[in-house]
Amino acid sequence: MLNTAQQHALRLLIQEGLPLVSRPYACLAEQIGSDEDSVRAILKDWQESKLIKRFGLVLNHHKLGYVANAMVVWDVPDDAVESIAAKLIGFSGVTLCYQRPRRLPQWRFNLFCMIHGKNRADVLAYIDDIVQQQNLQHIEHKVLFSTFQYKQRGGRYAVASAGAA
Amino acid sequence: MHISDKLIINHLQDGIPVTDEPFAEIATLCGISQDEVVARIQRLLDEGYLSRFGPMFHAQELGGGLTLAAMKIPAEDFERVNQQVNSFDEVAHNYEREHELNMWFVLATKTPQGIAETIRKIEQTTGYPVYNMPKKEEFYVGLRFTL
Repeated sequence: MLNTAQQHALRLLIQEGLPLVSRPYACLAEQIGSDEDSVRAILKDWQESKLIKRFGLVLNHHKLGYVANAMVVWDVPDDAVESIAAKLIGFSGVTLCYQRPRRLPQWRFNLFCMIHGKNRADVLAYIDDIVQQQNLQHIEHKVLFSTFQYKQRGGRYAVASAGAA
Repeated sequence: MHISDKLIINHLQDGIPVTDEPFAEIATLCGISQDEVVARIQRLLDEGYLSRFGPMFHAQELGGGLTLAAMKIPAEDFERVNQQVNSFDEVAHNYEREHELNMWFVLATKTPQGIAETIRKIEQTTGYPVYNMPKKEEFYVGLRFTL
């Protein structure tokens, strides 16, 4: 078992990412003065309790050649959001899908998804396929391509006050 | 890109095992040593193909705030406002997009109240309104972007 100070230290350490050694959990344990089993146990706890959202690697789509980044937004009747979202997430090209509040009169779209592709034509054709296959012609959507990414920093969320992504 | 790099990316997107030797399985799959897997991940990070390797915390669960916000900035003022917005540590990423609302950024703050405070500061600094669009519901798509 890790005490509170060790748990806090562990969170700070893994915010920087997992140490890149063949036994990363042993390496973390050594840095906080604990043992590997305890570190693994608490990481599993944090995963199960959803404190840790994802435990994997994060791609830089742009660098990998997926330079067309589209935020596709839909104006969905509020009571149909879940059923439409269920259709969208069935497509492997849809990488994120969120319901968000409308900001009328400036913004009426309430369902957002992200689609990455190698070029704009591919992404637009992909969205057309989604609309055709799922009969979404009656739902207004807009495709907001990004023209420039100005800032991206890794998710670093201070836990200094037990706070963080 | 080398086949081992593709296998690493495709297999570890949402599943770094929490075992004593988490790279054993992917090493076998690639037919290389665990040390080589580690070296390849380090190189993918160094060269910018990966932006992160390891666990990501859930902001809300940890007591932080997270939101997506948008602004409508006239072209002649975009550069100034963009620099001002990016100077805030709470701005995690910021994209220019093709719409009347042309600036879209993610805010991550240490506390939930931090979102409203930061938005107020950004509005004061830039002189333009910020439209706050926090998520109401997330529909989980899994991570299966394959190369």
